Amino acid sequence: MSNNQPPLTARLISVFRALYKQPSVKLILALVAIFLFFVVAMGVQEAVKIHRSNRNILAELAEAGVPPDERQKDRRLTSPWPEGYGASLRFLGRPNLEMIARHTTIVGIAALGMTMVIISGGIDLSVGSIIALSSVVIAWLLQYAGAGPWTAVLGGVAAGAFFGLVSGWLITRLRVVPFIVTLGMLLVVRGTAKGIAREQKIDVDMDRLMWLDELLASVPKERSWMLVPLGVWLLVVMAVVVAVLLRYTRLGRHIFAVGSNEETARLCGVAVERVKVTVFTLCGAFAGLAGLMQFSYLTVGDPTGAKGLELNVIAAVVIGGGSLAGGEGSILGTMVGALIMTVIDSGCFQMGLPNWVQEIITGVIIIVAVALDRLRHRSI
Amino acid sequence: MAERVDSHQSTLRLEMRGVCKRFGATVALDDVGIKVATGRVLAMVGENGAGKSTLMKVLSGAIKPDAGQMWLDGLPYRPSNPLEARKAGVAMIYQELSLTPHLSVQENIMLGMEPTTLGVVRWKQVRRRAIEAIEEFDNPELTPDVRVSRLSVGSQQLVEIARALAIGCRTLVLDEPTSSLTQQDVERLFEIIGRLKRQGKAIVYISHFIEEVKRVADEVTVLRDGRVAGGGDVAAITIDEIIALMVGRQVEELYPRSTRHPGEVVLEVKDLAGVEKPRSASLQLHRGEVLGIAGLIGAGRTELLRSLFGLDPVRSGQIKLGLYAGPASPVRRWMQGAGILSENRKEEGLALALSVADNVTLSRLRGFGPLGLVLPGRQDRATRRWIKRLGIRCQGPRQSVLSLSGGNQQRVALARLLQHDVDVFLLDEPTRGIDVAAKALVYKLIDELAGGPRPKAILMVSSYLPELLGVCDRVAVMCRGKLGPTYRIDEIDEHKLMLEATGQAPGAPGREVKS
Repeated sequence: MSNNQPPLTARLISVFRALYKQPSVKLILALVAIFLFFVVAMGVQEAVKIHRSNRNILAELAEAGVPPDERQKDRRLTSPWPEGYGASLRFLGRPNLEMIARHTTIVGIAALGMTMVIISGGIDLSVGSIIALSSVVIAWLLQYAGAGPWTAVLGGVAAGAFFGLVSGWLITRLRVVPFIVTLGMLLVVRGTAKGIAREQKIDVDMDRLMWLDELLASVPKERSWMLVPLGVWLLVVMAVVVAVLLRYTRLGRHIFAVGSNEETARLCGVAVERVKVTVFTLCGAFAGLAGLMQFSYLTVGDPTGAKGLELNVIAAVVIGGGSLAGGEGSILGTMVGALIMTVIDSGCFQMGLPNWVQEIITGVIIIVAVALDRLRHRSI
Repeated sequence: MAERVDSHQSTLRLEMRGVCKRFGATVALDDVGIKVATGRVLAMVGENGAGKSTLMKVLSGAIKPDAGQMWLDGLPYRPSNPLEARKAGVAMIYQELSLTPHLSVQENIMLGMEPTTLGVVRWKQVRRRAIEAIEEFDNPELTPDVRVSRLSVGSQQLVEIARALAIGCRTLVLDEPTSSLTQQDVERLFEIIGRLKRQGKAIVYISHFIEEVKRVADEVTVLRDGRVAGGGDVAAITIDEIIALMVGRQVEELYPRSTRHPGEVVLEVKDLAGVEKPRSASLQLHRGEVLGIAGLIGAGRTELLRSLFGLDPVRSGQIKLGLYAGPASPVRRWMQGAGILSENRKEEGLALALSVADNVTLSRLRGFGPLGLVLPGRQDRATRRWIKRLGIRCQGPRQSVLSLSGGNQQRVALARLLQHDVDVFLLDEPTRGIDVAAKALVYKLIDELAGGPRPKAILMVSSYLPELLGVCDRVAVMCRGKLGPTYRIDEIDEHKLMLEATGQAPGAPGREVKS
């Protein structure tokens, strides 16, 4: 640090500029903007609704021949703006935030693994199936094998990791592109899950569940210091672990190198095949963990569940700046991407918009996010 | 207009005067003027970034100059896009070939101007015109029906020239036409340029290779930092003078050579054969020496280096690197103290999207933090040392390699070997596509490595003979997958190397035959 530093304001400005250049900061701003949009929209919608009902009431009263002075005193009339304000606050309030966090967890955990896969230049279409399989395996172990919760969890994650390993192995040995291999695995794993479950949901008795149904349950009052349920904390911890792995470990740098330019990585003595197998195995394991969350949420092992969820997971990574060409992506971005999707979902839901509107909006967001990202690349 | 056509003007094909172009704050061209007469070859030389390509883009109408005028055959020439330039008779033959590889030669030549009746292509006419265009090249490989992707790079280039001629272009601009050609194809190209000259075509020839310019051009114009630094008749200017104009200073010694003391053998190869190439290669590389491998492109030199490094499979033969004689893989080779520099910087050598620091440290991500962690700060610190030592022009270790110039990218690729601190350097075309200043640095570096206090062993593949003769202690020639005997640098010259590379030298090792 030299003595003649620029004035504080100038330094602050330059810090902000540098921050703004970080892609994930822009994403976070986008998330906040979308969130605030729903806060305002929710309030306005509520206010408009009240205003309309007030007008109808007044009209009714007028028809009934109530004199104007009397009409205003009707009990059913409420002031629109405080109500709208209340609706806004509800969206901002803790229960809603907690719900958003809970709803992000399943996709979020699976997206951790997917981020690694996508950075390494691959893709994994089988995560939805693995989530279902994992939930089935957990339920089966609990219900039929008499296993304890820990064993069941381990079994679910191991099943996911195993199928990830198989994908990685097939990709590197048979030299078939990840898209095809995991497309096949999508069916293989789904079939396996259905076979284990005999094509029906596995219900688990309440007394066998122990703590397994609490992972994503709303935090009870007496434990409000936890802020969010255990499962969300697990996501946070895992996200930090994977972010550190990607940024500060040899494996992490190798993942980026393989995705950026496989030939260079090989030339530089990176064991490309091993990196790929590791990444797919980890992705499978994380999908297994997401399956645990799914199970905890539904307390049922459902072999047909989580269908198409892999696309949400991929979307989260891609919104977060991951490039399907490899070499790019970040955990922070992915997490924000997952949050953006949940916020849109729950915002639309709470505003009473039909599901199809929700889907169109999410689709548009995915395309816009990636298009903006490309634009940024071109301007460099 | 009529009064402009006097005898002098009529031979002047193309003239540019006072052309200026800026991109933001950088001045790409500043008051540049050139003249090319019919039947003449004007060479444009200059380092990377000197403004050659901008000038050519102005000429082809790809970009508009801020100021200045151009005349073609005495008439004002203001193309607003490359198609207009072509219609006016000015054709660019770019470094990156712009052919469609899946189509045949005739289809490529006539692409976009196929004669048709009611939308149906008249193939007979296509064929006739294509044959007309290619027959003057006298190249057996070029037949109208062969797919372009099956041709050699040199022949592909001829297809491109044929395409320009077929649409009646009388001014050709060749951008680095020889950079990926074999010596044989280069000779053929020069012959064709000579023929085109005699037909009255005007040719602008852009090149890095000054020796080549001396041979092929009539006049030379040197660009430096967007200005015309000098030039004139090729006959009246020496290579040293051209280089001095290019770099703005005298390059006393492009190839420094300190006294080298070859030590023990660090790499010994016996009868090495790969799947296809190399077919057989034996060599001994000593510590403290530079061994060059000459040969034509496609002779198997790159494959030799790749199989030495475990990148390509080895079918038979032995490789002994230091004390290790076991199977090879890139991982092992790096651990055994060998490093490779790829000839293909962009596709293989560097991960372009990654930062300078990541690229420099990729082969050895150890020692950058406790517990096997890789701390970016320490990566950066290690990288800054090389940025300084090699003069890599970048904003810092975190800049992505993509935005660096070719010369700087090559420095990054070399820095990786230095950072890894390898003992045996396998360098494949270390100066391909980089400017003179960067070349000088590479030569100096090689000399320091071979002759320094801790001498290294360097095996270097190059297609550029003056460079091999300037840098190496010994040279071997590879021809059709076979590596010939090694010669001390004082017992061989360019001519002999070329004979051997083209397979024309009388066969046996230890030949005493004089030509």
